[in-house]
Amino acid sequence: MDFIFEWFRTLYSETGVNLPFIYDEYDRKRMAEGLLTTIWLSLICLFFSVIIGVIGAWLQGSSLKWTRRIVNGYIQLFRNTPPLVQLYFFYFAIGTLLPRVENDWGGTSPMLGSFAWAAISLSFFAGAFNVEIFRSGIEAVPKSTVEAAEALGFSRLQIYRDITLPLAFRVVIPAMNNNLVNLVKTTTLAYAIAVPEMLYEANQIWSDNVNVTEMMIFLLLAYFVLVGVLVAGMNKWERAMKIPGFG
Amino acid sequence: MTWSATSDPMVSIKNVYKSFGSLDVLNGVTLDVMKGDVICIIGPSGSGKSTLIRCINALNDIQSGSILVEGLEVNDPNLDKLELRKKVGMVFQQYNLFPHKTALQNIMMAPVRVLKQNKKTSEAAALELLKKVRLEGKENAYPGELSGGQQQRVAIARSLAMQPDVILFDEVTAALDPETVGEVLQTIKELAEDGMTCILVTHEMAFAREVADHIYFTDRGIIVEHGPPETFFKDAKDPRTREFLSQIL
Amino acid sequence: MSYKTDLPVMLPVKPRALEPFKSLKKRHILLIAFLTIVGPSLVFAQTGEFEKSPLAILLDWTPLLLSGFLFNLVISFGAMALGTLVGGLLGLGQVSLFAPTRASSWLVTQFFRNAPWLVLLFFAMFLLPFELNIFGFKLPLPDWFKAILGLSLPVMANVSEIVRGAVRSLPSGQWEAAESLAYTRRQTLWLIILPQCVKRMLPPWMNLYSILTMATVLASIVGVSEVMTLTGRALAAEGGRTDLLAPFYGLVLVLFFIYCYPIARFTVWLEHKFSVIN
Repeated sequence: MDFIFEWFRTLYSETGVNLPFIYDEYDRKRMAEGLLTTIWLSLICLFFSVIIGVIGAWLQGSSLKWTRRIVNGYIQLFRNTPPLVQLYFFYFAIGTLLPRVENDWGGTSPMLGSFAWAAISLSFFAGAFNVEIFRSGIEAVPKSTVEAAEALGFSRLQIYRDITLPLAFRVVIPAMNNNLVNLVKTTTLAYAIAVPEMLYEANQIWSDNVNVTEMMIFLLLAYFVLVGVLVAGMNKWERAMKIPGFG
Repeated sequence: MTWSATSDPMVSIKNVYKSFGSLDVLNGVTLDVMKGDVICIIGPSGSGKSTLIRCINALNDIQSGSILVEGLEVNDPNLDKLELRKKVGMVFQQYNLFPHKTALQNIMMAPVRVLKQNKKTSEAAALELLKKVRLEGKENAYPGELSGGQQQRVAIARSLAMQPDVILFDEVTAALDPETVGEVLQTIKELAEDGMTCILVTHEMAFAREVADHIYFTDRGIIVEHGPPETFFKDAKDPRTREFLSQIL
Repeated sequence: MSYKTDLPVMLPVKPRALEPFKSLKKRHILLIAFLTIVGPSLVFAQTGEFEKSPLAILLDWTPLLLSGFLFNLVISFGAMALGTLVGGLLGLGQVSLFAPTRASSWLVTQFFRNAPWLVLLFFAMFLLPFELNIFGFKLPLPDWFKAILGLSLPVMANVSEIVRGAVRSLPSGQWEAAESLAYTRRQTLWLIILPQCVKRMLPPWMNLYSILTMATVLASIVGVSEVMTLTGRALAAEGGRTDLLAPFYGLVLVLFFIYCYPIARFTVWLEHKFSVIN
């Protein structure tokens, strides 16, 4: 490894291409932590946004008018306002309303930190899109299939969990794919409330080393790879979910 | 409940009215089915025969009248649908298997999920049922990998797995290729011979004549005529019945 | 062994139109605005520890914030125009018959489409010089102009995809019919294909505009004086009172909602109208 680090150090001294997050131990650690934070934040938001989508789509099929209205209101509000402002609203406006808790050092700190607020805010943002996506999938399940389950005595919840949702999932994978890719890209907004994710750490490094160009190109490539991995994973999943015997 | 299997009808339909919006589908239908009976409902399309049997297991609700299944009133807002559907099985024209489950899973699912049966017991029972409908070896096939006739037989097995007291067959051969109709009818015939109570909506007149204990002819939402097959097919009284039979035979 | 069956496994998936509140009227929007802005203000007003009510302070600042919002709109118009122009060309490149053009256009499109908007904005902010030197003329590049350039990059990539998708979605019979009438490829594209595509491209293009408009607040992170930056400054000028946070951020949310929601509704209406015609 030392050989590689040395090579990048030489690269810097010879050509001026400065990649300290490879050869410098401190910067390497910062960058790795940033990458992990981005991945972790993405996974949490992926998980909760899908949960929100599933529950929201279920509530949208409710027979109560006000339940449907509230879900629709949520969707419209989160789709038609900037995610950054949503994040600020959650972090500053709601975050300061919550009681403060005692921290390890005897002082007080906010109940939820910036990472938690970023996770909550982005999950709700992506969730609003997932509700619509799942709803279209549910509508693609033929009524006759649901009736067959009804005739077998399945309850509404069992039908949703065992029949409708698994079938709907299969048809909405491409649309969900797009939304989840967007979500991963949107995690960069967490930078604005100082969550130490990849963009934030890259910014720290270029402030210290004055190597904006290198860091920028690295960032673009890194997100390109992250998104690529997600897409490849989703495609693999889509193939695994394919029902034998049907297109 | 004072219902008794020996003396009371298993399914008792009295004066049932049903309309979809302004369209009247059932205009006062009355019929009784005794335990072990096989009855066939025939009639022109749009005469309400499918709606009638869908009402029996509450897939459609009715406006007025009464449907008693083993003493259980279907036209009751507080009806326990689960209780009803344990008693009544149904097989559909389009099979309606769950496409993402194998044949075996399709059959096992309801006993495990709805009746909370032990998985091992259900699996053994499901394999037994597959054998009964002559589909041994197909347990791991998905519906998409089976022919229409095979899918329909899985659907019959799926319905049997709930151990219903009566099975409704809604034009179960109408969507099938002609060459696979026979295998499905054979399966139903065997069921009938085993003493299963069956209510069939069908266009297969020869089959109806062979297996039915009683035939009902419906037109425009009423039962025009009914009787045992030999008299029904030989000397139908009503001109509408005669016209229908002359067109179809 | 597999048989073809007529089992309707799944119905075709229709992208679900946002079920809009058909009855959402101005008074409803006003109510929502009231609840998000005034509601929290009232809660705090009762504590009485501040001399001036949050609502009064918000009203004082509203003209400035509105002018900031107008600046957001200016940025959105600029980035949309630029992105559409370059993206349109890139999209045509993606359907070019010349393989290297096609491949390189595809690569550029994919690269900028998969990059986070904020990173692209940083990219433009830090890597563009503060002034351009053209033939001895010094052309200053202010921050807001760099923001337009930065935001136009993802717009460009998305427009490119919209163009490619629309051209691909036309039945090949259109190309063949035009070819049999001895149109050149260029004529076919401009006279036959693109006019038909416009209808298909309009809804996703408007959707993109809506996304772009909401992305203009990102410019606040890189220091452009748009509505978010001004909100931050206003809050600082009032001494960081916590009771002001909800009304101020609420106002920004409402401003964007009032602007973007009708666009979304109009897009759904257009989609519906075109799907009926086709």
